[in-house]
Amino acid sequence: MASMNIIGTSVKRTEDYRFLTGGGQYTDDVAPHHATYAVFVRSPHAHAKIKGIKTDKAAKARGVHAVYTGDDIAKAGINGLPCGWLITDVNGQPMKEPPYPVLAQGKVRHVGERVAVVIADTLHEARDAAELVEVDYEVLPAVVNGAEARKKGAPVLHEIAPDNTCYVWAIGDKAKVDDVFKSAAHTTKLEFVNNRLIPNAIEPRAAIGNYSRAEDAYTLHVASQNPHVERLLMTAFVMGLPEHKVHVIAPDVGGGFGSKIYLYGEDVVVTWASKQINRPVKWTADRVESFSSDAHGRDHVTTAELALDKDGKFLAMRVHTTANVGAYLSTFASCVPTILYATLLAGQYTTPVIYCEVTAVFTNTTPVDAYRGAGRPEATYVVERLVETAAREMKIDPAEIRRRNFIKEFPYQTPVALLYDTGNYNATLDAATKLGDVAGYAKRKEQSKARGKLRGIGYSCYIEACGIAPSSVAGSLGARAGLYEAGEVRVHPTGKVTVFTGSHSHGQGHETTFAQVVASRLGIPMDDVHIVHGDTSKILFGMGTYGSRSIAVGGTAIVKAVDKVIAKGKKIAAHLMEAAENDVEFSDGIFRVTGTDKQVPFGQVALTAYVPHNYPHDKLEPGLNENAFYDPSNFTFPAGSYVCEVEVDPDTGKTSIESFVAVDDFGKIINPMIVEGQVQGGLTQGIGQALMEGCRYDSASGQLLTGTLTDYCLPRAEDVPHFKIDTRETPCTHNPLGVKGCGEAGAIGAPAALMNAITDAIGVRDLAMPATAETVWRAIAMKKAA
Amino acid sequence: MEMTGEHLIPVPQQKVWDALNDPEVLKACIPGCETIEKVSDTEFKVALTAAVGPVKAKFNGKLLLADLNPPNSYAISFEGSGGAAGFGKGGATVVLAPDDTGTKLVYSAKATVGGKLAQVGSRLIDGVAAKMASDFFSRFNQQIAPAVVAAEGEAAKAPAPTGGINRTWIIAGVIIVILILAYVALRST
Repeated sequence: MASMNIIGTSVKRTEDYRFLTGGGQYTDDVAPHHATYAVFVRSPHAHAKIKGIKTDKAAKARGVHAVYTGDDIAKAGINGLPCGWLITDVNGQPMKEPPYPVLAQGKVRHVGERVAVVIADTLHEARDAAELVEVDYEVLPAVVNGAEARKKGAPVLHEIAPDNTCYVWAIGDKAKVDDVFKSAAHTTKLEFVNNRLIPNAIEPRAAIGNYSRAEDAYTLHVASQNPHVERLLMTAFVMGLPEHKVHVIAPDVGGGFGSKIYLYGEDVVVTWASKQINRPVKWTADRVESFSSDAHGRDHVTTAELALDKDGKFLAMRVHTTANVGAYLSTFASCVPTILYATLLAGQYTTPVIYCEVTAVFTNTTPVDAYRGAGRPEATYVVERLVETAAREMKIDPAEIRRRNFIKEFPYQTPVALLYDTGNYNATLDAATKLGDVAGYAKRKEQSKARGKLRGIGYSCYIEACGIAPSSVAGSLGARAGLYEAGEVRVHPTGKVTVFTGSHSHGQGHETTFAQVVASRLGIPMDDVHIVHGDTSKILFGMGTYGSRSIAVGGTAIVKAVDKVIAKGKKIAAHLMEAAENDVEFSDGIFRVTGTDKQVPFGQVALTAYVPHNYPHDKLEPGLNENAFYDPSNFTFPAGSYVCEVEVDPDTGKTSIESFVAVDDFGKIINPMIVEGQVQGGLTQGIGQALMEGCRYDSASGQLLTGTLTDYCLPRAEDVPHFKIDTRETPCTHNPLGVKGCGEAGAIGAPAALMNAITDAIGVRDLAMPATAETVWRAIAMKKAA
Repeated sequence: MEMTGEHLIPVPQQKVWDALNDPEVLKACIPGCETIEKVSDTEFKVALTAAVGPVKAKFNGKLLLADLNPPNSYAISFEGSGGAAGFGKGGATVVLAPDDTGTKLVYSAKATVGGKLAQVGSRLIDGVAAKMASDFFSRFNQQIAPAVVAAEGEAAKAPAPTGGINRTWIIAGVIIVILILAYVALRST
């Protein structure tokens, strides 16, 4: 029999048939009978007191069932939205956690904040009625910039944080680092902004609350990356509902990038309101709402320094970052600029001492939380911009300076808490320089020059921590949740298999990848495996999909459950073949007695488990259905080397990406095609951050100025080159699949490579992202003038 | 956005001043104006529906007059709420002076918008605001100087102002209202 092992093959995505033929079922496609429609009245002000809200006209409008404000929510005893990670500051004090109301209470703190909700029979009636809600605001001065918010006299957002500071947190030995800097042969210092980004998943957020009087239970359809977490937060912390009476379904979800991890107020309101009016309540964000109410990403202002010896060996790194967390603490906002950022500052290098201090600041802007890469793109940008700049200053080849400092022995304990289990950084850098024909760069630069163009090359050797996370480690760092994953493998009597996973697919292709894993392990055709996700009533539990954790954590949970199925199958097979269990081996879908020709196929064992006429009832239960939880023992550490070549037109400042090479080490790869797709998507988002995307607020009024797709520039197909993508493989040492995760790598590594290339091309030390044609042109002009 | 302008109006200064303070004249001149009520000598309540492109929204707001120096100058401010669409507010100084052919009006106006209105961006606004201001001028013209207009025809447009919008007639604080409405209307949805 042919081997069923299809791990490592580019099987076409089984889910694409329904996506490409209009068969996908997204939250907005769900149409419960008698659904009503919710429209949220949002704050037009960045900062204002609510002196009063008149809802009577709206409530009397045609088709309107209810209008609710923050007062109604407070009266109903609904709590604010919780933050899932407690950061302890440098003085041992807990971070400031101001209330994050579901609907504004007394004050609004950012444009787009939810103030009231109008629920009507039709969307149009709800919209019309929303126009009739009169909110009397007393406008207050606003502050949108993190550094400005800390200044004396800045407008204060929350009483409990009079200096607008959520926490000042630090990692590393400051005294030691300071000492090294005093005597280092060379130091490099850069100050930069990691620009704020707005996620923009294709499918906007959506939620449908549906209370059933018959069952006294709620169903919430929601565009979420983690339905169980959503349910847990909503029931246990916000609404006080019994968890078992709330059924959360996250059906097909059209992209998340982090923005759909969090529990949002809209989800709570539609759930609660559905019981109040005894009708399903449906809400789907429009694009303008998404811009101002989906959690944003990044927004760091950083001063970073690197100390080196005369040979370019890194001696110490010192980083000070101000992280703008927005007006409220979103679900994981606190851990992104700390735990997911500062711990990655060692990069791929042996820098012996590192100190990083992070100040998280409240401002009158949309809350900021994890966005594809979450902290790691910011860390990579710091490390790789510093390293490249130091190399230029010391006239050392930028690839060479990296090689001199690469970690080469594993496991490696970094000075910032992480223990890298494995990696081979020279392998990816060698491959990238070869694939990018770095040897021929000088000639290409000459050719560009002959055409009047400026050519530059930039590297980025990133590392990320994925597969979050060992719950005990996360817990000791302040996580208020475990970070394991759950899986269940249900073998049906005919030998077909349904797999239930706590991971959630919103574009990642789990239905294919996970089926490949299960089919390969059980030695059955992939068509015999069906993957189910995103439904709390079907799946035993789940922590969801983010942080490139699905294959490493969710996949491993499934593997553990499969192995339990095989273990039980061996017992059944041993009984059928009248052999000792220890003599039974399993491969390619066949149970065999070692050293004999006795065998039974998997399907026969499955049938026996459910039709147990001849069955060891005294030792074994019927059925073949196993579940498993997997809590990883360490993070996984995908890493890679990116080489980017750009050509800048000095007359217009326009950057053209001539070549982009990405060589990643994701450990074992299940489906190379899907991995390449993930890398391409990540790179595209990274290029978006570096060249085009940048959220802007008006500094005086706090108004969101980049609030539409006309003003906020997302990359399109024509903006990205044909990527040259390859992989190298050092299998992860602590999960059975040897996998590391690949979802965020591109977005993490790309910006530094691109900015290193552009600064090289135009010969400036630093340049702000996004490096639009105007920014680049100005930098060229300033340089000429100087 | 900020707009400044200068206009020549072929009627005496007092008549221009009176018109600027006459709710009926203003109502007739502001496109989409439903009601304009004089609350006091220095306050008007305004309700109007403005449509720009596919968007139509109703706005309620008030006009406040200050630093009154009849019939020479005043400062005007506007604050209006477009409901879910956001808000608009602004202010202007208006100076009238006698001129050979009538009255010279000089204004300097500033407007800001918030919420969805600001979010949609100001790219489209300038053109629409100019169009609405221009509509206001022709209507104001019809209202306060119909005879002159009839007599002079095209010639009425001849005394070209130095300011931004190249039409004869004025506006005053009202221009602000219009600008704001333009913003507001544009941005909703």
